[in-house]
Amino acid sequence: MDLFKYTAHELHEKLVNKEITAVELTNAVYARIEEVDEQVNAYISLSKEEALAQAEKVDAKIAAGEAIAPLAGIPVVFKDNININGQVTSCASKMMHGVSTIFDAHATEQLRKEDAVFLGKANMAEFSIGNTTDNSFYGAAHNPWNLACTTGGCATAAAVAAGEAIWALASDTSGDLRQPAAYAGCVGIKPTYGRVSRLGLAAYASSMDQIGAVTKDVTDAATVLNAICGKDFRDSTSWEVETPDFTKALVADVKGLRIGVPKEYFGENVDAKIKAEVEKAIEQYKAMGAEIVEVSMPHTEYAVRTFYVVANGEAGANFARYDGVRYGYRNMEAQTASEMTARSRDEGFGEEVKLRLMFGTHVLSKGYYENYYVRAMKVRTLIRNDFEEAFKQCDVLLTPTTPVLAEAYNTEMDAFAKYELDFTTVTANLAGLPAITVPCGFVDGMPVGMQLIGKVLDEATILKAAYTFEQATDFHKVMAPLGGNK
Amino acid sequence: MKVSAEEVKHIAQLSRLTVPETEMQIFTEQFNQILSYADIMQKVDTTGIEPTPYVLPITNAFREDIAKPGVSHEAALSNAPAVENDGFKVPRVLE
Repeated sequence: MDLFKYTAHELHEKLVNKEITAVELTNAVYARIEEVDEQVNAYISLSKEEALAQAEKVDAKIAAGEAIAPLAGIPVVFKDNININGQVTSCASKMMHGVSTIFDAHATEQLRKEDAVFLGKANMAEFSIGNTTDNSFYGAAHNPWNLACTTGGCATAAAVAAGEAIWALASDTSGDLRQPAAYAGCVGIKPTYGRVSRLGLAAYASSMDQIGAVTKDVTDAATVLNAICGKDFRDSTSWEVETPDFTKALVADVKGLRIGVPKEYFGENVDAKIKAEVEKAIEQYKAMGAEIVEVSMPHTEYAVRTFYVVANGEAGANFARYDGVRYGYRNMEAQTASEMTARSRDEGFGEEVKLRLMFGTHVLSKGYYENYYVRAMKVRTLIRNDFEEAFKQCDVLLTPTTPVLAEAYNTEMDAFAKYELDFTTVTANLAGLPAITVPCGFVDGMPVGMQLIGKVLDEATILKAAYTFEQATDFHKVMAPLGGNK
Repeated sequence: MKVSAEEVKHIAQLSRLTVPETEMQIFTEQFNQILSYADIMQKVDTTGIEPTPYVLPITNAFREDIAKPGVSHEAALSNAPAVENDGFKVPRVLE
């Protein structure tokens, strides 16, 4: 029995029915990591000792006849920008290599209460900057559907698809949770901004960073949201709103649901084969009783530029903390404190990060602030208004999750064309809206994802729509083959 | 709005980064390409539009004024590259 192939809710049943133990399950996943991670490079660090101790605790509870939480004993991988007390949070950067965090993220605390099993930390783009992992200090990660291809901006979904974790806790600033999930044939959900506390998540662009989940199906996604959402007074952007039971939304029924299809997400900049798969999904929704409404979101073409100015401005300020004084990389030869900070940053950050930090500093500086930063925040308002208008005509929006398939590492691409690949996902970050990606087909052996974007705080409707589609299809059941040469 | 190599040098200084002299020309070109990429936004009519810094209503996070245990000195210093006398040690500050 290959335990790593199951979903969290299936494994929960097996644990409760005493068909398996949490220790067996944990060992099975580590054996899988041992077997395939040399090819995938999804992991930066492992914490087997702590994981097995967590698993033993769950087994003891089951043996004592105690009830266990839905995620108890289930092995999870964390993106390496989310703190686990006592473990390194590297952000895949030389700057944070070896830095052990001294507190749990709020989401980590919530998962400890659930008795989840923490496997280790996943590879990512350096500080989440960039939409592939090729700037990771620990080397690029490889897509289990084709090892020659990228995983997108983070390796969490690659780990899940390769059987190296049952699910993943990840973050999404521009789509760096949903895009890797789509590239790996997984489900990925980014809740409404403010649903999950950002305490203990390394800040990139604070007004857009949000923690979410990568899972094998929609049921697991709803289960994880139940565990990690909720007000945390240590994060001023944590929203004081009620956390519903998200699993109540797992009802297969879209009759009368108004699904908006924004034409700007189906233009020439989207791979025709991807469009064809997503259009089949739209037909399927229609057949299941949903009403399809064409909508227009005219400011979509400015979304990535807006993000670029806002996010890098925020990063320019956030990254001032990496000064070589309290933690992280330090140049030990510098003779003065200011020289030490500059040289530590020169040597600790990768090239793309440095370029973006300088750009971010520039757009916040005197004489440029109004023209770039303030203007971008205004265009951000226009993008939000586009959503507001669209949601007058529909209940959810449906788009391709990514405009292209996971690309081969040797694909030559202009830097700006690469930035623009985020246009399908980044709008939900700019507007703070919940969004989910679910597998909806295959093209040339690679998975295709479709995205459902919901109204603010309305995760329930996107979960319901995603669940209905999933129950009618088998795309989420296909395992990644780990094929192709790196 | 293009910037000169001299301005790039200033931006680097503000960012506490250094662009080596040998790379200055190519870096300035790259930087100007990014600026023209962002400049496309100048086409958008934003008259009368309020900026969005955050998407949700933000309120101050207050709590009762009661002492709570904080981070210990030992933990705070545990990742420091250099420590002396219970403090973070850095090279001299005055030049």
